Amino acid sequence: MTQRDPAASTPVAASDSNSANPTSEIPSPLFGSCPLPIFQHKNIVLGHGSGGKLTSELIDKVFLRAFANPILDKLDDQAVLEINGARLAFTTDSFVVTPIFFPGGDIGTLAINGTVNDLAMSGARPLYLAAAFILEEGLPAEELRRVVESMGAAAREAGVQLVTGDTKVVNRGKGDKLFITTTGIGAIERDVNISASRARPGDKILLSGYIGDHGMAIMSKRENLEFEGAIESDCAALHGLVDCMLDACDALTDKRSDGHPLHCMRDPTRGGVATTLNEIASQSKVGMFLREDQIPVRESVQGACEILGLDALYVANEGKLVAIVAADAADAVLQGMQDHPLGRDAKMIGEVVSEHPGMVRMETRVGGTRILDVMFGEQLPRIC
Amino acid sequence: MEVCGGQTHSIVKNGIDHLLPEGVELVHGPGCPVCVTPLEMIDKAHAIARLPDVIFCSFGDMLRVPGSAGDLFTIKSEGGDVRVVYSPIDCIKIAHANPDKKVVFFAIGFETTAPANAMLAWRAKQEGLKNVSLLVSHVLVPPALAAILQSPENRVQGFLGPGHVCAVMGYEEYEPISAKYHVPIVVSGFEPLDILQGTLMTIRQLETERGEVENQYSRILDREGNKTAQKLVFQVFQVGDRNWRGIGTIPQSGYHLRAEFADYDAEKLFDVAQIATRESEICISGEILRGIKKPKDCPAFGTVCTPQSPLGATMVSAEGACAAYYTYGRHLNQAKGVDVPIHSVGGAA
Repeated sequence: MTQRDPAASTPVAASDSNSANPTSEIPSPLFGSCPLPIFQHKNIVLGHGSGGKLTSELIDKVFLRAFANPILDKLDDQAVLEINGARLAFTTDSFVVTPIFFPGGDIGTLAINGTVNDLAMSGARPLYLAAAFILEEGLPAEELRRVVESMGAAAREAGVQLVTGDTKVVNRGKGDKLFITTTGIGAIERDVNISASRARPGDKILLSGYIGDHGMAIMSKRENLEFEGAIESDCAALHGLVDCMLDACDALTDKRSDGHPLHCMRDPTRGGVATTLNEIASQSKVGMFLREDQIPVRESVQGACEILGLDALYVANEGKLVAIVAADAADAVLQGMQDHPLGRDAKMIGEVVSEHPGMVRMETRVGGTRILDVMFGEQLPRIC
Repeated sequence: MEVCGGQTHSIVKNGIDHLLPEGVELVHGPGCPVCVTPLEMIDKAHAIARLPDVIFCSFGDMLRVPGSAGDLFTIKSEGGDVRVVYSPIDCIKIAHANPDKKVVFFAIGFETTAPANAMLAWRAKQEGLKNVSLLVSHVLVPPALAAILQSPENRVQGFLGPGHVCAVMGYEEYEPISAKYHVPIVVSGFEPLDILQGTLMTIRQLETERGEVENQYSRILDREGNKTAQKLVFQVFQVGDRNWRGIGTIPQSGYHLRAEFADYDAEKLFDVAQIATRESEICISGEILRGIKKPKDCPAFGTVCTPQSPLGATMVSAEGACAAYYTYGRHLNQAKGVDVPIHSVGGAA
């Protein structure tokens, strides 16, 4: 599950993007489960849904202990299942955004595109979705109709069908208007092996475009902040862009002996690009080195971040991806991205290094260096 | 010494300190409002926030600051009504919408946040609102600079003055300090170029043996500051002694609500006078805030003391020197300029 609202919910499953710290060892159930507190918090706090260290702790100490299995333990955005020779991608995601309508989309478009993207990040062709709705008593029917219609439109545009679902209504005050969970299945038809554990020193890091648009569109709307040049969510289905990248790889693959050159791919949603790269660095046991001047951030987003005391590298995106690609294929894949409308502003933002495993570092605009750390919990606005 | 936490944040985030030539060292000053808010005041805030009939409002970065037991996030998860506001004035709206609740705002900060905090008290009084109050922990920059310069251990030779503070207050009040101690004070902004230019202006003063107040941030502020804001601040607040976390009590170093606003003083309205606290004995944040030591001089830095479990003032906020070093710069070795290898990175095709 990928959380769409940076301030209002908690994760439910670990098959999620941005949700786990894979370096933490999961104690084997064979050695007895410790009855002492394994989870430090008496209650769930908002930070448990932030995608940062608190989320990792929740997943490691609570969910993985109960559910551990070899497929889940990979902690990718989606599970890859092999059934009778067919490879399927399978994922689920809950959407709890406030407000439910925002510039550039609504909770419905997010619910379709978010799950489509989690499938696409494995190289799968998204096929079918299921949707579960939790409606709060008193929700205007017109608002529900608008959301559902935009879901239908987004599904048609993404070429997926919504084939089953469920609806529940809760008492007023027991929900926040509308929560949607979508589950998706897709077919992996190409000979790919994409996983957050496959980054290798020397690989290049590609980013598909401007960062932070979605998170700042939501924040601006929520706080009634008006900026010059309205900030719109980048919410979009990315499987077409992924197709272009895989086509570019296919043109090279004949000459290769070291496996598919597209090693890792993730959509940097909750927690932003910094969190996603930290997850990959940690899962692949490699370091990363970025160049700040190559990371595209719109002036409006940068300005909004400065006003609110936030860092765009940690702000959510809903229509971007980061890819870790073998060095000799990187230029071709980048060209493939730039040939697609959703990758027009793609950049090579850095590379994978063998030093400082698990750590992401960045050369700043002025030539210094800094760490891009994993957030602890919520990104908090600074006082001044 | 850069005075502001915002400047420290920018310096470490951009790696500026490690780009400066030999002989130029930036030490980090006391201007992080979250850091210097006394633990005792944080415990008072938490005691109030736990009350069932209270809506406790705060700037965002106070929420994770631990008191003697937990933080505001924990209190929120236990049922406390804790809300982040971007402007103190939002509390007026919240008070109108919740007439049966007591809305308390945690009014902390330097001179920068004082006008907006004063406006909250002033508006509440104007509108006759009975369910709004402020828990005030306001501190002032000039007395802190004087305290640093008076210390026999002082090694600060020049200051990057606080840009945002001076946007409100102007910089006239720094002139007597600069003259008395013959020390350069260059009021500076927060962008990397502001900091570099401010540093250059300070060094030029030192090389020509001048000790004056100069304004690097002239695109934002002038000598007088914002007179309208100052007038409002002095209508609502009066200067008095304040306790600084890590430093101790500095005479005449903070704001308190004037007697006319006593009905809006949360310390008077809630029974929190008896709260007493004890700080960690290992923590050296007091010496860090006065520029005598740096975060990596502390044996607890990055081991028992991290942003997740801070022992003291300078680790509790993103603007604190220890937290900034930990978050952005813990890969850098102690010796200046020594760094783990950097790989060149190809630009975009």
